[in-house]
Amino acid sequence: MNLLSLGFVRGLISQILGTVVGMAFIMAVRLLAGLPAWNREPVIVGGVLIGAIAFMAGVGALGDWYKWAKGEKTSDHHDPDPEKPNWHRYFNVDLDHKVIGIQYGVTSLLLLGIGGIFAVLFRIELSQSGITFLNNPIFETLLGYSGPDLYNTFMSLHGIVMIAAILLGIGAMQNYLVPLLIGANDMAFPRLNAFAFWINVPGALVLVSSLFLGGFDTGWVGYPPLSLRAPLGMQMFLMGVYFVGLSSIAGSINVIVSVFKMRAPGMTLFKMPIFVWASLATAFIQLTATQLIGLSFQLIMLERLLGMPFFDATLGGDPILYQHLFWFYSHPAVYVFVLPGLGVISELLPVFSRKPLFGYKWIAVSSMGIALVGFFVWAHHMFTSGMSPYLRVPFMYATLLVAIPTGVKFFSWVGTLWRGKLVFPTPMLFVLGSIVIFLMGGVTGPPNGTISTDLHLHDTYWVVGHFHDTIFGGYIFPFFAAIYYWFPKITGKMYNETLGKIHFWLMFPAFMIMTIGQMLIGLLGMRRRIVDYDPALGFDDTQYIITVAGLVIFASVLLFAYNIIRSARRGEAAEGNIWGSRSPEWQIASPAPLHNYAQPFKVVGEPYDYGLPDSTYVDMNPGTSADG
Amino acid sequence: MIHIIIVSVLVIVSTFLFGTFVKVENLLPVQASVQGEFIDGLFGIHIWLIAFFFSLIVVFMLYSVVVFRRRKGEKGSGAYMTGNHNLEIVWTVIPLVIVLYLAVIGATSLADVERRDPEAMVVDVFASQWNWRFEYEDGTSSDVLVLPNGRQTLLRLQSSDVIHSFFVPEFRVKQDVLPGGEAFMRELRITPTLEGDFKVRCAEICGQLHYSMLANVQVVSTNEFDIWLNSQSACDLSAEECGQLAAQQYGCLACHTVDGSVVVGPSWLGVTGTERTFEDGSTATVDADYLLKSITDPDSQVVAGFPASVMPQNFTEILSEEQIQQITAFILSLE
Repeated sequence: MNLLSLGFVRGLISQILGTVVGMAFIMAVRLLAGLPAWNREPVIVGGVLIGAIAFMAGVGALGDWYKWAKGEKTSDHHDPDPEKPNWHRYFNVDLDHKVIGIQYGVTSLLLLGIGGIFAVLFRIELSQSGITFLNNPIFETLLGYSGPDLYNTFMSLHGIVMIAAILLGIGAMQNYLVPLLIGANDMAFPRLNAFAFWINVPGALVLVSSLFLGGFDTGWVGYPPLSLRAPLGMQMFLMGVYFVGLSSIAGSINVIVSVFKMRAPGMTLFKMPIFVWASLATAFIQLTATQLIGLSFQLIMLERLLGMPFFDATLGGDPILYQHLFWFYSHPAVYVFVLPGLGVISELLPVFSRKPLFGYKWIAVSSMGIALVGFFVWAHHMFTSGMSPYLRVPFMYATLLVAIPTGVKFFSWVGTLWRGKLVFPTPMLFVLGSIVIFLMGGVTGPPNGTISTDLHLHDTYWVVGHFHDTIFGGYIFPFFAAIYYWFPKITGKMYNETLGKIHFWLMFPAFMIMTIGQMLIGLLGMRRRIVDYDPALGFDDTQYIITVAGLVIFASVLLFAYNIIRSARRGEAAEGNIWGSRSPEWQIASPAPLHNYAQPFKVVGEPYDYGLPDSTYVDMNPGTSADG
Repeated sequence: MIHIIIVSVLVIVSTFLFGTFVKVENLLPVQASVQGEFIDGLFGIHIWLIAFFFSLIVVFMLYSVVVFRRRKGEKGSGAYMTGNHNLEIVWTVIPLVIVLYLAVIGATSLADVERRDPEAMVVDVFASQWNWRFEYEDGTSSDVLVLPNGRQTLLRLQSSDVIHSFFVPEFRVKQDVLPGGEAFMRELRITPTLEGDFKVRCAEICGQLHYSMLANVQVVSTNEFDIWLNSQSACDLSAEECGQLAAQQYGCLACHTVDGSVVVGPSWLGVTGTERTFEDGSTATVDADYLLKSITDPDSQVVAGFPASVMPQNFTEILSEEQIQQITAFILSLE
């Protein structure tokens, strides 16, 4: 088998070559400018940047656009090559949204695993006081550094790799589901879609490369002045995030345009499946906020490379400026992380309660409300930063206000369960677990939101507990629910239900133990981002328990991976509408056909009228049915 | 309907149990500041809110999972309820009211925590990778933060390199420490309420040794604080030199000369080994013990011909033992 026939391989080779060429280019420019050719940081940064662009050229993501720029036409049809095995598609630029969705999904799970490995490594260190594990000489040998510096890097990378995994998982859900749910045969801009997936690959590679280039010690937030002094790994982090951010922006354009322009006949906005509303709200945030993290990172890069003193107080800069710019994106970003998952909960509850989604319109609008209010709260991450003291107060008000639309969702979910006829296959277990865990995230928010209590809580493990609650509840558990639920649609096979239930019953209790442990020691003063803690504080036992819980979570995810891989190959056939869903994607074959719908369907009812006799949502053969 | 009544009772019971058994005092470190009093009060309110909202949702969910599950072989759908407009308004407006209430008490809590005492004692705090230094108003520099109990201290925080953060959990407040000189100095006000030993640990990632960047904090009585501060003004010179400085600083030399002349009290020149006669006729030889007693209990041995009750009787409260010994050494050195 010819490896070079795989775009992924061509991309990697191009990236390596492009990095070398880029480094040479920067050295040449430096010579022309009268500087010594070699300076480690600018040369490598320039090389890596050009290498990433070269990857995109090599994988084939730029080809059609390049042709159009030359005035050449390209084919309108991009069906897979029948000569090549189907798996080839996933290693190449493919324009089918379902392939792209799976590419996103698999990559996101790989990054989830890598982020999880980093966590396992530093959790082993943290399980006891004293620095006993990460100072092992093997780390020094492999990486050139160890001990506290290595902890700081693993901790920082765990955060950002997980964030990248989340953004990719959201890309997976949006891309696989949205066209199917609105009755389209693909997204509006398939080439842009493929680009938006593939840019994550060099992005992730650059990000993880930071580990091998000295690491970085700032946490994923990268505050200056510390980030201005960090090793070269800092630059790899900044660039890696930049590429992943580009993916968010490009991908969101597709969601927005497709939803507004490509819905099936009869599908008014308030007759769309609720997940589409969630995706749309998410896309609005991605489109408008992501630029700010790109900007704040660019400024750090420019300050490091060219000495521009944006954040250096001794030269007229202001370190707090960075925090405002950074959090202006990074707060809305957390709503990007959770809105799709909350949409999954809303989507699945009616199916497994056999009842309408309670207050559908209110839920739809609440996603938009959360997205909007989410733009006005960012400085609640900065209450102790030394920002203008009075300015903190309106941010406190806005922060607490987010509870209103979020509450609407919780109450509506309860309304959907109440007096239903509930069944509990694996997806439903994960949905119920999501609600409980996200609720914990929601109720642990207000103590952070009122400024005076935040003065105690900021930078402690309480915050770590809070955000793991919101992330596991709003993304991780719903993501697993979505994978289990749509697995038959994607593969035409059924996952193993027993293993799925074991996954849940390991992961949910373990997570509860982990998060409660974190919050308890956080309240007692356990600080974040520290490799070691004073044994006199009495945290050793709880830290040990947290580590064990984390390992159980990791193991449960490995079990999930085994289940999915094995079932995709040898699972039982699951071809029909196995969940009895009213949603359009379940009215066609599994796996979903190449172009989704042979003919456009027509919306003739409400999406969630479970229990209403003789009601259908979509007419798959409009024009031929008797009551047409 | 009956389900609603049962669930409501369960929610109330659950809220009550949660709120009663989850107590602020058990969750937080010992409270040691006035600021902490306000903050812990607000934490208490938060606990009740958490108790209620967690119970509300989880009890309804668990009840549904048990009571509304599909029985084996049961067919059909759940109740056809698409929504309830009035309910939506109720569960939008009531949370809105709660949110506004919380924001208002959050704002007043902040005002209470940041209330300024114009008589606050000022300590400059200098943070750097990876240590803390404290400078008092009289110029004393210390690596231990000693604070007087019951009096507000205004900490003026500055960093010389990266962002750090000053945090003592028992005081309940923290403040980031910024580089950039006086323009980026940030204040933190703490009024201790409990004597004891605490630690300040850096709470903003600041590099390799962030985890161990700490300093001792001692809250002591006002008297002990004054003694400590005075003792800290001393020096790392020889005992005799330090004694001379202290004698200068605390006014001894205003009454006792070192050149043999008499001003108010006996001159110190050449007193070592001489014999003193007191008002009552008893005698003593001048040595270290004699001098110690002269400083700590002057009226017990007034030299004949000199006035009693002129020398301050409270040097044990003003001077540390070390300072007294240094002054003694200085006097003994005056040949």
